[in-house]
Amino acid sequence: MSILVDKNTRIITQGITGNAGLFHAQQCRIYAEECQPGENILVGGVTPGKGGQEVDGFPVFNTVQEAVEKTGANTTMIFVPPPFCADAILEAADAGIELIITITEGIPVMDMAKVKKKLEDYPCRLIGPNCPGVITPGIAKIGIMPGYIHTPGKVGLISKSGTLTYEAAWQLGNLGMGQSTAIGIGGDPIIGTNFIDLLDMFEDDPGTEAILIIGEIGGTAEIDAAEYIKEYITKPVGAFIAGRTAPPGKRMGHAGAIISGGKGTTDEKIEALEAAGVTVAQSPADMGAAVKQAMEK
Amino acid sequence: MKIHEYQGKQLFREYGISVPRGIVVKSPEEAAAAFNELGGSIAVVKSQIHAGGRGKGTFKEYPEQNGVVLVRSAEQARENAEKMLGSTLVTVQTGPEGKQVNTLFVEEGLDIARELYLGVVVDREQNCPVLIMSSEGGMEIEVVAEESPEKILSEYFDAALGLMPYQARKLAFALGMEGKTVRSAEKFLTKICKFFVDNDCSMTEINPLIVTGAGELVALDAKVTFDDNALFRHKNFLELRDLSEEDPAEVRAQKAGLSYVNLDGNIGCLVNGAGLAMSTMDLIKLHGGEPANFLDVGGGASVEAVTEAFQIILADDNVKAVLVNIFGGIMKCDIIVEALMEAYDKVGITVPLVVRLEGTNVEIAREMLEKSGKDIITATDLTDAAKKVVGTLAG
Repeated sequence: MSILVDKNTRIITQGITGNAGLFHAQQCRIYAEECQPGENILVGGVTPGKGGQEVDGFPVFNTVQEAVEKTGANTTMIFVPPPFCADAILEAADAGIELIITITEGIPVMDMAKVKKKLEDYPCRLIGPNCPGVITPGIAKIGIMPGYIHTPGKVGLISKSGTLTYEAAWQLGNLGMGQSTAIGIGGDPIIGTNFIDLLDMFEDDPGTEAILIIGEIGGTAEIDAAEYIKEYITKPVGAFIAGRTAPPGKRMGHAGAIISGGKGTTDEKIEALEAAGVTVAQSPADMGAAVKQAMEK
Repeated sequence: MKIHEYQGKQLFREYGISVPRGIVVKSPEEAAAAFNELGGSIAVVKSQIHAGGRGKGTFKEYPEQNGVVLVRSAEQARENAEKMLGSTLVTVQTGPEGKQVNTLFVEEGLDIARELYLGVVVDREQNCPVLIMSSEGGMEIEVVAEESPEKILSEYFDAALGLMPYQARKLAFALGMEGKTVRSAEKFLTKICKFFVDNDCSMTEINPLIVTGAGELVALDAKVTFDDNALFRHKNFLELRDLSEEDPAEVRAQKAGLSYVNLDGNIGCLVNGAGLAMSTMDLIKLHGGEPANFLDVGGGASVEAVTEAFQIILADDNVKAVLVNIFGGIMKCDIIVEALMEAYDKVGITVPLVVRLEGTNVEIAREMLEKSGKDIITATDLTDAAKKVVGTLAG
């Protein structure tokens, strides 16, 4: 079992004729073919003005609506450059796509504020932007993560960071623990889906036995998550928060990773998580171990 | 991207947002001339640096001199400007090293009836912009939030709609404004929120925002920060950038597409991915070392990027050892090692270098490193890497 991605997932790539879009669509297709031989789940792509073409076997459509009508896609992976991303996300929502995974980094915050508000009108879910995507190991990956480091298993992984997700999946693998689903939620100030919604889904997923959350400085999403865990999550939870040594007022790579006005420090997040009974790794080397410990508690 | 107060006020003026009359000066003579041109009996001489707390801040060279001063004659304007220009202003926000003042802004003095606080930021929990006001003008908002949170008023607004006039009136009445001042506030607040959204600001702060004796709102200060990710649609703002206000190493890194933040420690870090880069700093600290920087080389880690990254790290004289921490995913470890070795030769690294690699093709990559004959210390995992790099400094 898993969340967000399952055997019914049919994926299109928006921005499929760009370098990154095509490369990752190909990588996702290779992964899917290994997991579900004979099933074609990467069903095409969209690039306005290039409809009717085919790139490496992927049919290209002018609009998401056309892609949905002709392929039955219910999921999209967006690689469109930042200036056009708000438009691409809303186009997907308007065409009835259920799961919108936005990989693109560098979307203006104001665009995301407008998009987030407008998305309330649609029954869809946005993951990202500025994230590695979603993977349900053994079923499908939708994003830029290396597939083989994620093994099928029972840990639900939610992370703000790409490479830290890989690192965590690797550590879990070394401990003989795989993931039910791993989600990169993104490092921007405004993101489509936060920890809480996913915690809730993992809590309800019979295939998930424990949860690992990886946060960082900036904002209060981890504190909100801690309060939610305390109240509603019965499964064991491990965590790691990056940026203990980050100076205040400086953006640490991710647009959202900034301590402003003394708020958003790791200390307050770790304190809140520990108060909620979460096992928090002090070192990034112990993310996998934290989950294991949480399960043994 | 931050801009100066005088630049912010120029932009405000284009939006019909009231600001005092002011003149930008770069010499004591210009300061005196500006006083005369403004024609009042008083004027304010303000240091232009990208940091707050200027009024209470003092100069390293002249400990009695504040960063913002009230003057009553052209001669006083000249005398003060003489001391301020070229001197180093230290405020609560500059850190002990301070910032050199190269530009002054001479403004007319106004009849101040009341000082308020105004700030607009994007709220990450509500996912929309928020207009924050307080009756405590001149005080840092963080201090007010700490000491008397009930004095902070917030109005969240839809970025597409802007602040509605009723929201502005709500704030005005809550702040005890009456009659004509409420109408002035309605215009002022809706305009400032429009300014914020139109220009993709990440922050617009006016502290203090004043109410004049005549009941009009005027922006006595302007602290404006733009969202770097939105500069592609505001190309004219690039002219407003003052590179002398920024860390040269950070500017250089930005040009190379690297994300770099300079820190005080002595262990340089070269990492792929922002989260892993932050964690690497934490790891060094956890094992008793001090990181010299944050550096995210990006997912690609090309020879050019890695070379430039090494050069930026080693240009910092404090750096006594370097830790490279790479998780190779789609970009395979062996490709990264090739880039590393090429950069190693190009840059001529003389400090101890510890490399920790994990991920795709890691065995091939480790073998390449061992066979290279280069003086590179390899680490097997994160903890090992941290211990080894801290250990190189112990002896």
